Amino acid sequence: MSYPSNSNIHLFRNEILNLCKQDVAKCIQCGKCSAGCPISPEMDIQPNQIIRLIQLNDREGVLRSNTIWLCASCETCSVRCPEKIEIATIMDILRKLSLEANIQAGEKNIVKFDQIFLDSIKKRGRVHELGLVIRYNLTTGQPWKDVHLGPIMFMKGKFSLLGHRIKELERVKEIFRLSRRIKSQE
Amino acid sequence: MEIGYYPGCSLESSAKEFDVSIRACFTKLGVSLKEIPDWNCCGASPAHYLNEELALSLPYRNLIKAEEAKLQKILSPCPACHSHLIHVYNEVIRDPGLNQRLKNIVGKEFKKNSVSKHLLDFIKEDIGMERLKESITLPLKDLKVACYYGCLTRLPDVNIDDIENPMIMDKIIEAIGGEPIDWSYKTECCGASLSITRTEIVLRLVKPILEAAEEKGAECIVVACPLCQSNLETRQGDINKKYKTSFKIPVLYLSQLIGISQGINPAELGLNRLIINPTPLLLEKGIFEK
Amino acid sequence: MTESSQNENIEIFTYSEVIDVKGFVGNFDVTIRKKPRYVDMGKCTGCGLCIEKCPTKVPSEWDLGLGMRKAIYKPFGQAVPNVPVIDKENCRFFTTGKCKVCQKICPAQAIDYEQKEELIKKKFGAIIVATGFTQFDPSVYGEYGGGRFKDVITALHLERMLDASGPTGGHVIRPSDQKEPKNIVFIQCVGSRDESKGYPYCSRICCMYTAKQAILLKDHFPDTQSYIFYIDIRAGGKNYEEFVKRAQREYGAIYIRGRVSKIYEKGDKLIVRGVDTLTGKQIEIEADLVVLATAIIPQPDSKELAKILNIPHDQYGFFTEAHPKLQPVESLTKGIFLTGSCQFPKDIPDSVATTGAASIRACEILSKDELVLDPKIAKIDPEICSGCLNCLEVCPFDAIERNEVNGKIIAQVIPTLCHGCGNCAATCRTKAANVEGFADDQIYAQIASIVEILQKEKLLELSE
Ligand code: SF4
Ligand code: SF4
Repeated sequence: MSYPSNSNIHLFRNEILNLCKQDVAKCIQCGKCSAGCPISPEMDIQPNQIIRLIQLNDREGVLRSNTIWLCASCETCSVRCPEKIEIATIMDILRKLSLEANIQAGEKNIVKFDQIFLDSIKKRGRVHELGLVIRYNLTTGQPWKDVHLGPIMFMKGKFSLLGHRIKELERVKEIFRLSRRIKSQE
Repeated sequence: MEIGYYPGCSLESSAKEFDVSIRACFTKLGVSLKEIPDWNCCGASPAHYLNEELALSLPYRNLIKAEEAKLQKILSPCPACHSHLIHVYNEVIRDPGLNQRLKNIVGKEFKKNSVSKHLLDFIKEDIGMERLKESITLPLKDLKVACYYGCLTRLPDVNIDDIENPMIMDKIIEAIGGEPIDWSYKTECCGASLSITRTEIVLRLVKPILEAAEEKGAECIVVACPLCQSNLETRQGDINKKYKTSFKIPVLYLSQLIGISQGINPAELGLNRLIINPTPLLLEKGIFEK
Repeated sequence: MTESSQNENIEIFTYSEVIDVKGFVGNFDVTIRKKPRYVDMGKCTGCGLCIEKCPTKVPSEWDLGLGMRKAIYKPFGQAVPNVPVIDKENCRFFTTGKCKVCQKICPAQAIDYEQKEELIKKKFGAIIVATGFTQFDPSVYGEYGGGRFKDVITALHLERMLDASGPTGGHVIRPSDQKEPKNIVFIQCVGSRDESKGYPYCSRICCMYTAKQAILLKDHFPDTQSYIFYIDIRAGGKNYEEFVKRAQREYGAIYIRGRVSKIYEKGDKLIVRGVDTLTGKQIEIEADLVVLATAIIPQPDSKELAKILNIPHDQYGFFTEAHPKLQPVESLTKGIFLTGSCQFPKDIPDSVATTGAASIRACEILSKDELVLDPKIAKIDPEICSGCLNCLEVCPFDAIERNEVNGKIIAQVIPTLCHGCGNCAATCRTKAANVEGFADDQIYAQIASIVEILQKEKLLELSE
């Protein structure tokens, strides 16, 4: 890759800085974030490399990675970073930017799951776990996933057949209607 | 003492035993829990990046509901729910403009009179170790317990104990007669919601946690989070199959262990809902009688 | 040290503290508190019988707790003077009233439990501050065991173990089970270069001593393997780079570019989880011993000492030099010089060099009868001074004193202390105080002449 040679090199860094007050320029590339990340082996770009790519303005490379979707938000990186950079917060913002940029998510199932999750809240005000899992499995074309756990979970009363529906559901729908995604300026 | 209670979605279904055991042992402690009327889901992590305002306004409505019911303290057993509720509370205090915005979305204004507390903090600060000890009738005679915190101490806005080596749950276990083990994996990540979307990652992460607990001689693991419980317990079978191991270590909720030590009937604590039955262990240890 | 103790022009005050400094360059009045050591330095022959017979053992500070010392002890083998000291906190006689074994055994009758602290006042022409540093306490790193793992030690512990006359006789062992370690992991920058722990600076010496320790380990114990996690290798001195390369090439030390996130206990091993940022992969090493290169930080009381000496320090507590490039061993107070790591982390060559420089600077003062001063210092006109003494409050160098001339109170500048900062001139309401060469009249005259020139050259037009 060739590095942009003009002042545009700081565009992505500044964008992240504006969105979540985290300055990647502070990163000393010690790698401690990647060293402790539980998901590191599955990530195509390591957390410290994500930070590096933001420094170098490689917006697309970052937003296309599966890393930002696999991040479990466990915050291990953030609490140990010697420069107090909240890497987990940056990952969250990157997910948002990736959706906004309409970039094919590295892990599309995760996005699907999250969307079904929110949908579930919108329909009932609360999440119906069984319905959520079934719908997710059907949507992602893996109807038999975890099915072995089903009977035992049922027997143990872990899944109720019918989800609870809250009384003021209209209010929640209204909240959904009025809440906006905060648009990031590019 | 009457306090607010925000069970959250998991405690309504997959973590029902967390819910019933909390209710049972708090009754024993003379605390009556009043559920926030008609509460809604806190939005969990997906709302964060899908819709930031939604991530704030869903918990905001719960705070209003609690405030209207005159519940100043809200016990939120699920760490993620607690983190969201306390985060919105802190943000609203920090930024009055935000309060205005959320008011416009939710339709009512939060006057900052209700605040969420996590189970661990609540036991330590509001109940106190002494009072907890007084309620004990069946001390957990040298039951070796691995206290597992997961990401609890690292969650945003949650200030529970020490980030790297929390001891608060260990101290509670000690207070009820058990023997907490000293181990290095108490704050490792369990993989959280990847359990459904990328199950194999969760298996890879949970295996060393179970190994470490067993190596240090733990007879059971205690948790204070629905997601931890389900990843550590429900997935043991899958782990055994994938890695040819033979884990069968009970994973209980903290409130269940407290309830046991208070002599509460196992059914009232939802012990029967656990997939790995802890009863043989408790019989063997002489905590339960035949 | 022995050599200097025998030089007739050098007087050493051990077990003593400077508690007050007054005066100025060429004329410092220093008060020294000489603590009671309960051993008469004049009588003691240094035979060491008392140490041998003392029944009380406590962990040795010098050996960082790896070995024990007695309650009457010499801090370390080559300590000067060769006279022991009684540690009152732990001495059986001082704590229980019974014992006196040392007194009974001493052939020179040098033990004196009645000794009292002494205050010594002396005049000095110059002061060199060489109070050194201390080690960062790594127990705030919960992820590295927070001080709970016995086999996670600091480099100083290893240094003591590598010393043939040290607590382990030169053997490197695991403190937990006394076994010899095979895999040794070094972690660089523990505390230093870590903003979150409050010490973002580089400690400067760790890269080199770690390379040295890796070489010594391989040399003494050929089946050990060292792994060194580093962020950057800073080997900027003469032959330093070559030295590090030798550690890598001839002694097989594995350098891993990345940081360690956490250490886990597993059985009797330590699992070190770090990253190799050059391969972009997480790695885990099963270690027997982990050595932390902890930050060099100022002495805990350095800020108090700075106050006593009236010299500035930085945010951490390191003393500040007058100019980082041109006056590197001078403090801002004339006649007070800095050397060694009380100023910032220094290695041995740097410390030796700055000590030489500071000594010469001090001699410069002492060898002359008169001092040449910078002329740009403050002067207070005694005729105009109203004696309000506001200037006395604002002078950062304590360079103004109250004086009485013919019954009139006035402020007077001590020329050797004044730095010409002008605070007094700015504060003085009667305009009695001025910095020489920068009096108001002089500044106005300068402006006027510039304006005149500019007008003449038609570069400036003044409107009415
Ligand atoms: S831990 Fe912090 S400083 Fe180190 S590489 Fe990661 S983001 Fe950069
Ligand atoms: S928050 Fe995400 S990136 Fe950071 S350590 Fe956890 S999983 Fe890795």
